[in-house]
Amino acid sequence: MAKIGIKVKVNGVERAAEVEPRLLLVHFLRENLRLTGTHIGCDTSHCGACTVVLDGKAVKSCTIFAVQADGREVLTVEGLEQDGKLHALQEGFFQEHGLQCGYCTPGMLMTGYAFLKSKSNSTEGPTESEIRHAISGNLCRCTGYVNIVKAYQHAAAKLREGGA
Amino acid sequence: MIPRSFEYLAPRTLDEAVSLLQKSGPEAKILSGGQSLIPMMKLRLATPPFVIDINRIPNLNYISESDGFLRIGALARESDLEFSPTVATRFPILADTTSVIADPLVRNQATVCGNLAHGDPANDHPATMLALGASLVAVGPNGEREIPVESFFTGLFTTALQPDEILKEIKVPIPAPSSGGAYLKLERKVGDYATAGVAVQITVNGAGVCQRAGIGLTNVSFSPLKATKTEAFLSGKSLDDATIKQAAELAAGESQPIADIRGSAEYKRDLVRVLTARALNRAFQRAKGGA
Repeated sequence: MAKIGIKVKVNGVERAAEVEPRLLLVHFLRENLRLTGTHIGCDTSHCGACTVVLDGKAVKSCTIFAVQADGREVLTVEGLEQDGKLHALQEGFFQEHGLQCGYCTPGMLMTGYAFLKSKSNSTEGPTESEIRHAISGNLCRCTGYVNIVKAYQHAAAKLREGGA
Repeated sequence: MIPRSFEYLAPRTLDEAVSLLQKSGPEAKILSGGQSLIPMMKLRLATPPFVIDINRIPNLNYISESDGFLRIGALARESDLEFSPTVATRFPILADTTSVIADPLVRNQATVCGNLAHGDPANDHPATMLALGASLVAVGPNGEREIPVESFFTGLFTTALQPDEILKEIKVPIPAPSSGGAYLKLERKVGDYATAGVAVQITVNGAGVCQRAGIGLTNVSFSPLKATKTEAFLSGKSLDDATIKQAAELAAGESQPIADIRGSAEYKRDLVRVLTARALNRAFQRAKGGA
């Protein structure tokens, strides 16, 4: 099949490529762009390890074709750190021990990034039940959800103070 | 898992999409949210030679009210429905339904129309739309036509859509005053299909007598099921405990579940009974102005 030219802004950088239509976004990120922070977990759109932010919404990059991202913006875990400074969520995961094996972490971070953005106008932090609802599409096989919730709360508090 | 190769087409108008469907033949597939199609393609359960991506067509992502209908466009996402203030206040049954479909990440992509057009009896919106008495607007080479939802699901993964038609809009009649609805689903975990699900939409009068009842059942038949006997039974009846109990038993009798990994047929039939009673109670509370 003929390849198709796409242009995708990934972590603020315009990337152009010729891709097969059947190429999944996660493979485009990992193999074409060598951005291997985005993980492939179940490959069946259950686990959320492949979560990226596409035009502001958290989506599963194993269930989107790269051609669908043409002309759009993708944020991956590599794009969270700015000028050598960790994003508040990354700091939250570090401070609250929000990871054990780390496999689900990129997905948890990207889901959290979009979730906290959607809550950025609220003066109160998200409740535990809101957070648990938000991460219900991201599985942690170490079952470290308690600390993941704390990490989100840490980040929410820091972002409300006007931190990173 | 890598899907089989296909030709990708990205029309900019619905007319163009329809003419591409005509040219591409009956094996072509429409890609909207892709949250059912892409997994099927990865498993090679679906191997369409042409994929027609309608996501580049503007003005199809609406959820709006006009002329007595709530209108849901082909590209409205489940998450749009979930966070719509109109839906939250006027159609709690739709908010119930969308919030138990897959997971929040899938709902950011998945479309409401796709949930119907896929024709999967395990999907959740079919039962809800059956309860609400929705109609579906299909667009094809001869223009638009409206299909009542009760004649839309013709079999397993089969709908009344012709190969050259696209589901453009869902029209949900705005319920009469003193109406309420609820959707209840038992799932083993977030993201699972329903072991069984029950959608109830009722209208009552001041005395608590049921004027209209719509009941849809999820994943207990080869196609989404409208519990017509139960609906007829409820009409004109006072919604007391005895009536609700009897209606729940009737609905269980109308279900046609089969045994699978989610449970035996007997278990699922009993689950329909329990969920129907609960959904009727919740719908009744909402019709009376409660949450």
